[in-house]
Amino acid sequence: MPRIAVTVDGIRYEEDVEPRLLLVHLLRDRLGKTGTPVGCDTSNCGACTVMLDGKSVKSCSVLAVQADGSDVVTIEGLATAGTMHPMQRAFHEEHALQCGYCTPGMVMAAIDLLREDPDPSEETIRHGLEGNLCRCTGYCNIVRAVRRGAQSMGQAVTTP
Amino acid sequence: MTEELDAGVVAQQIAESGQLSEPDSTREVGKARRRKEDARLLAGRTTWTDNIQLPGLLHVAFKRSPMAHARIVGVDVSAARDMPGVVAVFSGQDVADEQGSLPCAWPVTEDIVIPDHPPMAVREVRYPGEAVACVVATDRYLAADALDAIDVDYEPLPPVLDMAEALTEASPKVHESGNRAFTWTFAQGDIDAAFRDAPVLIDRTYVQQRLIPTAMEPRAVAATTDGESFTLWSSTQIPHVLRVMLALTTGIPEHRLRVVAPDVGGGFGSKLQVTAEEVLCLLLTRRLGKPVKWTESRSEGNLTVHHGRDQVQHIALAAEADGRVRGVKVELLADMGAYLMLVTPGVPLLGAFMFNGIYKMDAYSFDCTGVFTTKMPTDAYRGAGRPEATYAIERVMDELAAELNLDPIEVRRRNWIRHEEFPYTTIAGLTYDSGNYEAATEKALSLFGYDKLRAEQSDRRDRGDPVQLGIGVSTYTEMCGLAPSRVLGSLSYGAGGWEHGSVRMLPTGKVEVVTGTSPHGQGHETAWSQIVADSLGVPFDDIAVVHGDTAISHKGMDTYGSRSLVVGGMAVLRACEKVKEKARRLAAHTLECSPDDLEFSQGAFKVKGTESSKTIQELALAAFAAHDLPEGVEPRLDADATFDPENFSFPHGTHLCAIEVDTETGMARIRKYVAVDDVGHVINPLIVEGQVHGGLAQGIAQALYEEAVHDAEGNLLTTTMADYLIPTAADLPDFVTDRTESPATSNPLGVKGVGEAGTIASTPAVVNAVVDALRPHGVHDIQMPCTPERIWRAIR
Amino acid sequence: MIPAQFDYLRPGSLQEASEALASDEEAKVLAGGQSLLPLLRLRLAYPSLLVDVSRLEELTGILDERDHVFIGAMATHDEVLRSPAVIAGCPLVALAAATVADPAVRHRGTFGGSLAHADPAGDLPAVALALECVMVTSTRQIPAADFFLDYLEPALEPGEILVGVKVPKLGPGWGFHYEKFHRTAQAWAIVGVAAAVRRANGSIQEARIGLTNMGPTPVRARAVESALQGVELGEAVRQACAEAAEGTSPTSDLHAQADYRRHLAQVLTHRAVNAAAGRP
Repeated sequence: MPRIAVTVDGIRYEEDVEPRLLLVHLLRDRLGKTGTPVGCDTSNCGACTVMLDGKSVKSCSVLAVQADGSDVVTIEGLATAGTMHPMQRAFHEEHALQCGYCTPGMVMAAIDLLREDPDPSEETIRHGLEGNLCRCTGYCNIVRAVRRGAQSMGQAVTTP
Repeated sequence: MTEELDAGVVAQQIAESGQLSEPDSTREVGKARRRKEDARLLAGRTTWTDNIQLPGLLHVAFKRSPMAHARIVGVDVSAARDMPGVVAVFSGQDVADEQGSLPCAWPVTEDIVIPDHPPMAVREVRYPGEAVACVVATDRYLAADALDAIDVDYEPLPPVLDMAEALTEASPKVHESGNRAFTWTFAQGDIDAAFRDAPVLIDRTYVQQRLIPTAMEPRAVAATTDGESFTLWSSTQIPHVLRVMLALTTGIPEHRLRVVAPDVGGGFGSKLQVTAEEVLCLLLTRRLGKPVKWTESRSEGNLTVHHGRDQVQHIALAAEADGRVRGVKVELLADMGAYLMLVTPGVPLLGAFMFNGIYKMDAYSFDCTGVFTTKMPTDAYRGAGRPEATYAIERVMDELAAELNLDPIEVRRRNWIRHEEFPYTTIAGLTYDSGNYEAATEKALSLFGYDKLRAEQSDRRDRGDPVQLGIGVSTYTEMCGLAPSRVLGSLSYGAGGWEHGSVRMLPTGKVEVVTGTSPHGQGHETAWSQIVADSLGVPFDDIAVVHGDTAISHKGMDTYGSRSLVVGGMAVLRACEKVKEKARRLAAHTLECSPDDLEFSQGAFKVKGTESSKTIQELALAAFAAHDLPEGVEPRLDADATFDPENFSFPHGTHLCAIEVDTETGMARIRKYVAVDDVGHVINPLIVEGQVHGGLAQGIAQALYEEAVHDAEGNLLTTTMADYLIPTAADLPDFVTDRTESPATSNPLGVKGVGEAGTIASTPAVVNAVVDALRPHGVHDIQMPCTPERIWRAIR
Repeated sequence: MIPAQFDYLRPGSLQEASEALASDEEAKVLAGGQSLLPLLRLRLAYPSLLVDVSRLEELTGILDERDHVFIGAMATHDEVLRSPAVIAGCPLVALAAATVADPAVRHRGTFGGSLAHADPAGDLPAVALALECVMVTSTRQIPAADFFLDYLEPALEPGEILVGVKVPKLGPGWGFHYEKFHRTAQAWAIVGVAAAVRRANGSIQEARIGLTNMGPTPVRARAVESALQGVELGEAVRQACAEAAEGTSPTSDLHAQADYRRHLAQVLTHRAVNAAAGRP
């Protein structure tokens, strides 16, 4: 069984894994990171989106062995010192979640799209989220939240 | 817009009613409170059923039929039993004497055929994905491996796929008793007279395609026992109903069974069910003495979560030459699928009283036959019966307008119930308590820019623009707030429609609210807190709302049918009133006055005309201490209450959709969507708007994107999200929403319910828009979903 | 769903990878895994061994050569669509890569993986065909025209690994467009058209058209290409594009019937050519 080393939300783990173990099951079943849910088996829904070495990936479509040596950030690792990430706060403010199942992946995808475009248009946001399905919100408030999150993240950078 | 609408009449009507109530800054109700639920969901600290870990937990996986219809010749599980990590393997035959039959709680007629429905098939499989065996293993990976080692020998039987064919003599049978489950009829007025010599007759057949509800959280079940008592966790909308039904089905006594709905990731009706997997997980934990858990994969779920809609609707409308409707005749075939599940036969009945919509007419008849096919059973899906009815009447009203060359708004205006006519008893026998169709329509037209878009449409038609513009109207109402128990009884439903709430003042002055509703995304914790905060005068943040566990919430009828606020919120309000009455007696005793001398304001009882007062928090502590209670007052400041509505509630509204249709490719894209809804008084406008948004997306999805497709052998082709297309953010527009407010008169909160309105209204608005765009091409219908290919073929 | 068991090898060299693949008929290459993992999870594939080539140095990187851009097989779609070399030298590749699936999938899915998967519904095979790319493998170079043999069947021998792709630079005067037609933003293309057009003096001098999902392999719309030669922009272009479905053999499936795909090929080719020629 291959042995992998992976850092998840700032903690380094060494695990013996079956080659077929999916990253999302490593997170959920082995490391107790149940904040990242699974919503499909074809990488369409995006509920399981996490950051792998700083970029969004669907953790149901990555093998744990492929993540060997990598840094993973999940929804559980976003808050700092008990304070929500600006994007989490924006989702709350704009009522951008209902059942909350897509939310962890949606928040990760939203943060990811701001890496490339810190001030995205509605069009850019909608296309940036096309890999994440939501069944509750009709996406309107998610789009608003991403815009609000972008604004406050922009401020966070410029404000010392 | 018509001249009459411009004539100022409507402006006056708006002035009279339909206005939004002014927000009151001293009250919680009406405030756009951010949700209490969000923090844990945003932090990933959720308890989805699949998150549950128990010592010694075993994992369950199901072997499912790859065929739509077949006789089971044999199930060989011996190889699977020898696989690593496998604890047990059972076929349907192995549990045949113990598994019972899945329940149907809605026998809609006396002669309805309710076939035996074993949780695991024993002799015959009747839909693709039906469970035939299960594996219990130490790990979910090993359980999946063992499924591959189970060998099932099938003898194929002919599938039954088309409803009309299924009802012919020559058709193969799904069950020995035949393919007709029931026929239910209803008529009011003289329908023959209405149709005799009618100047205008419109006769159409519409297909409500089969849908897969697709809540984002796949189903999951966990079960454990200590040998005597059982606990079942399930991703369900109905922990209370489930407990009763599982007790009846499994023989586990109700008092030994606790059912928990932890965080539940959406339902939309699909988790309003008693499932094979829930029954079998209980059975497995009973047999093995170990906790078990099952979590479905999406492709498993697309096959075996109950499906929605699937009706063939024949609707005929008779009208006068000026467009006034005389009568409507409806004949439905409703696809039950292979079995009758919890409320399968009742779903079309929920639409039976709504095909007349918001219109006045003299006669109405309804005839529905439920048909068995070799497909997954259908059951409740967001709107359940009302979207089907609304679709048919709103589509056919557009056809009437086209026939008479009238604006679709005008033809509706000539028929709808005027606001001064409420309460109004419709031809279908329902009493619509309140509404203002004129006001909602006027607001929608103005937000939409109706005249301008009509002008653009006309211009594009004149130019022969390859991109045509269509404008769709839907002036809908629906019945929700399920439901008056006496009405459910008269429709042969197996339970009541009341709801329960309890409110407990804790010694420290905080408040614990227990609701019988079972939210799975709706935000009850927030909205109920707003109601309680106003009623008891306690801070919003001092209130906790608990739900979804039968050990905590003893009574309830759960969440579906846009009922939670209308019925459950009212029960909570009633409980608050009772708490205040108890507190008043205690306050009078403490303040040495008569209860009648006390006035209650902002959380305190004050002796009229004095400064002497006690806060409700002080009284809660006094009740707890019980040092000085009046005669007959118990040491508790809490109360239970139930609410059983006397009528349904009737949200309504006007939705307008502008759609651009590329006539070269057939692609339809929504350009503008305006929804003006009247859901009565609003507790939390933020939540209401969110419900409307989500409802719109699902209704639009039915109109344009989603369809469960079977091949000629009855295999489901749309088993994954790559094939069953859910719209993404990039496929939907920003929605313009607004409201009018005609308070419901059937409950003191004046609320109507909002969970399904958007879905009910939007599907016909979108299809009407598509058809409107293509009328110059001679098109008067496109079957849903209006895919580019279907649109292209219609134009050719 | 959960993949069946398989062995895993992360070879240290291209040779080791080739040997492992050659010695086991049921072995499969694992690149980004974005096509393979869903197949494994649905148990539509049961490989005995996955050879993870993602960390082989030879397969990484994007190089700006004199007459072509070399795109390493392991370059992700995201790297490709942002690469200055690609944007400058072969922008059609960037345009098409930007339409593949969604951002998270593009972070893992690779250029080489998409081509070696040889799915005619994928967006990149038609581009490779239209641009006359050369596939560089562990043993030889294969012109794109000879690479896509059949549905999911690339011209790779056992043990042969796609190392990278030489994408010719078409030089000045060329315009490009990828027109993708799909029902939802994350859905596969029903039909896609990759167009490269060289324009001079208001007429089309030369055109290269690749079609996505119009047969078991990506297809070159040769009839359109020759019909477009010397054609002035305008109605003549539409007429030329009416031949787009010639020589194609699209399937009828859940997502579209063959005749509709043929019709779409004409409409979309017209749009793609116009867009590539800089005409709105």
